[in-house]
Amino acid sequence: MEAWPRFTETFFKWSVIVHYCPAIANGVVVTVEIAVAVVITGILLGIVLAFVRAFRVLAINALIVVFVDMLRALPPLVLILLVYFGLPSVGIRLSSFAVLWLVLALVLAAFAEEIFWAGILSIPKGQWEAARSTGLGFLGTLAYVVLPQAIRLTVPPLTNRTIAITKNTALGTVIGVGEILNQATTAESFSGNATPLMMGAIAYVLLFLPVVALGRFLETRFAWRRV
Amino acid sequence: MEAIVRQFFNFAIMEEAFPLIATGLTQTIVICLIVIPLGLAGGLAVALASLSRRRLVRWTVIAGIDFFRSIPPLVLLIFVYAGLPFAGLRLSPMTAVAIAFFLNTSSYYSEVYRAGIESVGLGQWDAARSTGLRAYQTLAYVVLPQAVRNVLPDLLSNTVEVVKLTSIASVVALPELLYSADMARSVTFNSSPIVLAGAFYLIMLWPIVRLISRLERRIAT
Repeated sequence: MEAWPRFTETFFKWSVIVHYCPAIANGVVVTVEIAVAVVITGILLGIVLAFVRAFRVLAINALIVVFVDMLRALPPLVLILLVYFGLPSVGIRLSSFAVLWLVLALVLAAFAEEIFWAGILSIPKGQWEAARSTGLGFLGTLAYVVLPQAIRLTVPPLTNRTIAITKNTALGTVIGVGEILNQATTAESFSGNATPLMMGAIAYVLLFLPVVALGRFLETRFAWRRV
Repeated sequence: MEAIVRQFFNFAIMEEAFPLIATGLTQTIVICLIVIPLGLAGGLAVALASLSRRRLVRWTVIAGIDFFRSIPPLVLLIFVYAGLPFAGLRLSPMTAVAIAFFLNTSSYYSEVYRAGIESVGLGQWDAARSTGLRAYQTLAYVVLPQAVRNVLPDLLSNTVEVVKLTSIASVVALPELLYSADMARSVTFNSSPIVLAGAFYLIMLWPIVRLISRLERRIAT
């Protein structure tokens, strides 16, 4: 009977919850702001890159592949530290919020480009030929025939990848972005109690569990349709 | 241009930091050798449980998978490393990393295995069982080999993610690759050590990333 009160005192202390609720709520706002910015810019840039790649200009495609591969192979935390501590000494000063947004958006763009490109490749050649024979130009075919079909195929993998990258907003705590984890660890050290960490974890679950469930739903739905 | 070279590609500083970063690299490889097998084994166990015929078991396991997939791994790690001591459980950084990674990566691996196992037709089960193989033999000799082959790109890309993820161990002061590089950076006020660490990650992971792209394309066609 000793264990339960001790557990609640450590992880669910009411006075701590009440005191730090506003701070965690602020963190949630910041996390959502970065997440939305990253998702919109990252996916848009990914589409643009895949679109450019479809023109199959050798030199440009080589550059895109190198960019995509590097961002897929490097840990985001390495990029964050590199940009945050490196750029000021070459005269570019960015806020920690901007650094986190920039890095995560580029990483998402790289993964999104790869997924969209796989989607474009999966559209049979006959679709291109049929569209061209109706008088559509290259751009028209890409924009009205190929991309709409390709994007549909890419929804499940893109959703899962986007969730994984959006969760990386927690890495912002390392460079002092006031997102959920940052607020939680600060509150933890001020209160000398683990409750804020529990609050932070719960905030993440509340934010992300619905999207994770949505990803699972999309996956089963699309898998069923493909068979 | 010269400022960029001095700040990011300072070979004198890289040379000086090299021994430190090399020990960090060893430490990163040690972490990988612990967390990847743990995640692969745990993921398989979780995947099998998530395919259980009992609805209650299945739903509980799937809820657990989604729970751990919705918490950022860094949050999990800091919770284990900085939160549990308040409850009287003090762990070394390596143990904390192993536990947090186990919870995170086995959830992700289990989803990959599950997709693989589901991709093997039920007829395979029936055929194997009718030849006299037991259930566990059917799983080990018939279903899993095909399942793993079907989801090999996903298994590989998940493993790349795990290797990249080991960089967050630097936050709990485990002296792995990024931690050592960042230490060298804070002493020299120069980013070249981080670039060197990045180069090591690229050397380890770029070939695998390329391989994944090829495998994915082959399966798509």
